[in-house]
Amino acid sequence: MTTSRARIIFYTVAAVIALAGLADATYLMVQFLTGETVVCGGSADCFRVLGSAYARVGGIPIAAFGVLAYFSVFSFAIFATFGYRRAGKFFALTVWAMFAVTLWLLFVQAFVLHAYCRYCLFSAALVFVLAAVVILTPSSR
Amino acid sequence: MKRYLPFVIVGTVALLTVGGGALLYRAKRPAALSIPKNREKSGLDQAAHVRGNPKAPITLEEFGDFECPPCANLAPVIAQIGRDYGQDLRVIFHHFPLMIHAHARQAAFAAEAAGLQDRFWEMHDLLYREQEVWSKAVDARSLFNAYAGMLGLNIDRFKKDMESDQVKLRVNSDEKRGNEIGVTITPTVFINNRAVAPPSLNDAGLRSTIKEAGAQPKEKPK
Repeated sequence: MTTSRARIIFYTVAAVIALAGLADATYLMVQFLTGETVVCGGSADCFRVLGSAYARVGGIPIAAFGVLAYFSVFSFAIFATFGYRRAGKFFALTVWAMFAVTLWLLFVQAFVLHAYCRYCLFSAALVFVLAAVVILTPSSR
Repeated sequence: MKRYLPFVIVGTVALLTVGGGALLYRAKRPAALSIPKNREKSGLDQAAHVRGNPKAPITLEEFGDFECPPCANLAPVIAQIGRDYGQDLRVIFHHFPLMIHAHARQAAFAAEAAGLQDRFWEMHDLLYREQEVWSKAVDARSLFNAYAGMLGLNIDRFKKDMESDQVKLRVNSDEKRGNEIGVTITPTVFINNRAVAPPSLNDAGLRSTIKEAGAQPKEKPK
């Protein structure tokens, strides 16, 4: 398999993963807007995380930033698939930024709130896979 | 064509996200609640927990759950707004303990039992402030007893009142009222009988709704 073909496959996989993350973050944002965090899977833990002060930055739900981040990752992955070289760099940069935020949010859930939100864990898993894609994607020549 | 394909794909996904999000929002959006005329709180309801001027022209009515984190976040905001609007605003609290919270109902009983010794609002504030602690405790009841002690309540009476039918009926009556007017989530806040949309349940949103209802803060908001 040529490097170029491998890159196309990796970026396509990343785009599909980003779509899943986009759906997850959009769902959480709608829940925030409708005030429906209460019925988040019927789990009080979920409610504890999504209703906490850590779920917002300056009054804006973190899910909104998630929507923006996943959409950016999706867009950069698509452009990278079509050979836009700079898109690959922006893709990696965005994924690492998301990775850092994900680590912080996992820390907050584990050691501050002592509660886990399944939607946040799903998103964290997606970000870890995206980070693996960044590491495994062969660099362009 | 290939040149434009990534733009088409990205644009399509953007449209699908916005469209899907909008559809989901429409499906999940709570109906614009308002309290029907025949269910409005009369000016001086003996049973209601009122903070501020009981005859104030603006009424902020909250259905809350002491174990609900957004309610705990909102409590100091509402308290500050109450202070800022002085005589123009009265705040009424109703219990709406949710099933998903293990200690919420007991916490409501604790607040009511404190209310029987004229310390409802002190216990209300304390329960929200200490939510992180008692909500995770196995034996929350002993913490409620400790809080009663901190507030200087007669502990024996407090313990007895927590078990009393009077307290249980009071909480059930609030819940019933909430169910009747369509409350499903906490916090649900009504200002002059109209529900405030969930995204506006913050300092700026509440102040703007109160301003629309015709009140001005007495002091400059801090």
